[in-house]
Amino acid sequence: MISALWVMVGISLLLGAVLGYSAIKFKVEGNPLVEKIDAVLPQTQCGQCGFPGCKPYAEAIAKGEADINKCPPGGEDGIRKLAELLGVDYKPFGEGAGPKAKAVAFIDEQTCIGCTLCLQACPVDAIAGAAKQMHTIIASECTGCELCVAPCPVDCISMVGLPESIQTWKWPYPVYALAQPQTPTREMPKS
Amino acid sequence: MRTLDHFHGGIHPAEHKLESSELPSRIAPLPSLLILPLHQHIGAGAKVQVQAGDHVLKGQLLASAQGMVSAAIHAPTSGTVTAVQPHTVPHPSQLPGLCVHIEPDGKDQWIDHAPLEYRAIPKSELLAKLREAGIVGLGGATFPTHVKYSLATDQRIQTLVINGAECEPWITTDDRLMRERAAEIVRGIEVLRHLAEPAETLIGIEDNKPQAIAAMRAACAGSDIEIVTIPTLYPSGGEKQLIKILTGKEVPSGGRPTGIGVACSNVATAYAIHRFVDHGEPLISRQMTVTGNVRTPQNIEVLIGTPLEELVRLAEPLPGATGYILGGPMMGVHIDDLRLPVVKGSNCIIVKSAKLFPPAEPAMPCIRCARCAAACPADLQPQELHWFSKARDFGKTQEYSLFDCIECGACAYVCPSHIPLVQYFRFAKSEIWQRERETQAAEIARERHEFRMERIEREKREKAERLALKEKAATAAKPAAPIAAPVMINPDADPDDTLQMRIDAAMTRAKEQAATAQPRNTENLTPQQQAKVAEIEARRAKFSELASNAGADDESSKKS
Repeated sequence: MISALWVMVGISLLLGAVLGYSAIKFKVEGNPLVEKIDAVLPQTQCGQCGFPGCKPYAEAIAKGEADINKCPPGGEDGIRKLAELLGVDYKPFGEGAGPKAKAVAFIDEQTCIGCTLCLQACPVDAIAGAAKQMHTIIASECTGCELCVAPCPVDCISMVGLPESIQTWKWPYPVYALAQPQTPTREMPKS
Repeated sequence: MRTLDHFHGGIHPAEHKLESSELPSRIAPLPSLLILPLHQHIGAGAKVQVQAGDHVLKGQLLASAQGMVSAAIHAPTSGTVTAVQPHTVPHPSQLPGLCVHIEPDGKDQWIDHAPLEYRAIPKSELLAKLREAGIVGLGGATFPTHVKYSLATDQRIQTLVINGAECEPWITTDDRLMRERAAEIVRGIEVLRHLAEPAETLIGIEDNKPQAIAAMRAACAGSDIEIVTIPTLYPSGGEKQLIKILTGKEVPSGGRPTGIGVACSNVATAYAIHRFVDHGEPLISRQMTVTGNVRTPQNIEVLIGTPLEELVRLAEPLPGATGYILGGPMMGVHIDDLRLPVVKGSNCIIVKSAKLFPPAEPAMPCIRCARCAAACPADLQPQELHWFSKARDFGKTQEYSLFDCIECGACAYVCPSHIPLVQYFRFAKSEIWQRERETQAAEIARERHEFRMERIEREKREKAERLALKEKAATAAKPAAPIAAPVMINPDADPDDTLQMRIDAAMTRAKEQAATAQPRNTENLTPQQQAKVAEIEARRAKFSELASNAGADDESSKKS
């Protein structure tokens, strides 16, 4: 009886030690879920979700503090991917918070006064310029987050839609008329 | 006799080759205008080197290759560059791309050019010259030839396959080329053999081209190039399919033929290489079949950039055209506008009529007969791919190897429900590419954002460090301060009190500064100026006195 007890105590101590050791040895730094969510987000860093960037939004989703339908640039596909990743139901965008067509910022260089306010607002350093020098958008790096539009004191920044080019053109979803079902002419066998 | 392998599936569509294959090919007259798109090949578009108003000679460089996978573009005749501006290009989107527009001057004057002694120069130099000459694969994919033959040091080519199969219905350019210019093609093949150093060279030709086979046999007599007659079966002219037939080797999914020791080029590419090496001419013209609803279907050697309109006119179109197909009926692009130019990849233009190309029958639901799977030359499951593409389940389409689909159209051809299967696959492919681009853009944006955050942090840290350094310098300079302070404000203060000493030092500095400062403008005045100042002061005093009196009066009046 006593020996059985000792054996059980011994086993539990041993297993406890193994678990305790592996908890220290194989400790996961940070939350891997945040990285996974962040990988799904479009990285526009636009703050339309109410968080200062994609990573903070990912962290909020991981903690369960934010809904998955707060990212308009990600589109409905983005919500679907998040829903799949988190094992929750798809949730449509709220009223008036749908995705917009892809656009890039454009600086009217006639009006720009070189105040650098937009440079400070751009989350991806896609604006070239210096104090009292004309600024310009590096269109290939612009994510279309619109964060530079509001700070401009002379309202010289506008969003310009991207025209479709041969490189970005997509084959359309095939749409064709199905043949009309014909009424059966064959007589039904009478039983 | 070589034992041939065979690929999975395949179909036998009506050939329609005799219409255009029996007339000798002719050379098109100079067109009234040439439009040369800068992006005529797979890879990066060429970089334009001319501007509007420039006079160019035949064979002069218009746009140079940029990047590794790219090819140059040359002027097909002498004339004036009228514009470098967007124009609709032969692409299924029918969207405009940047083109060089040339107005020929009619002289057709060549730039200086000379044959190339290719055996005397290193292979890398020859490849660079092919790139500069704008030589790309003319079988349809327009893959730059120099890239195909840039082999890694450990790569060995066992078999060089020359593609003369020409399996697609209606098209007869390679057939005519082999019949008429077999010796020239073999000259080009010699260059490819020099580059690839293969153990064997095979030319695969379908058995529906007996004259071409005979001509090539005659041209290859005495050399170790082997002409292999293969059974007519669509799509045996596909690169992977032809390699399977001739060598029995299968190109792995996502791989290239060079990976399994095979290089494959079209006969028209070999001919273009011959023109370059033996005559010094860059790729400025090609053979094209003009057929379908025209009086004299035929093959025409045409300058690249010629508007299709002028090309079709040479074959005298018949009334009743319902549209055009650029390429063959199985894989070609359906177009309505003939103002498009001929590009390096164009091999055929078919004029459609209601009789020759009746409108597609209405599609019906898939009945899962799997005939498409039996016909698929890539051994895929088109019915599965169709369902997943239709449901936009792109992950699943990739699991079912969507990207191994060569879009040959065999599945849609045999479909008893007339479902446009290839359209679904193209749709799914371009959606996946789009997503790939978006993921890449997001990755770049994330990197840039993280770099920016790091930079802001670094700037903050550096600023703090600078301040700390200044502070340190100030404290280091401190012992000198009390000596410079002769006046102690508080003589009772402890001389070791640093705050007091600092205040003293500051006071001293302020005094010194006051002493060295410029004299104020009220000092060192002349007597007249002093008198004037006194007068003004007096007036000011008077006014203030009056004002205060008036205020008092107001207040007194209010009180009363």
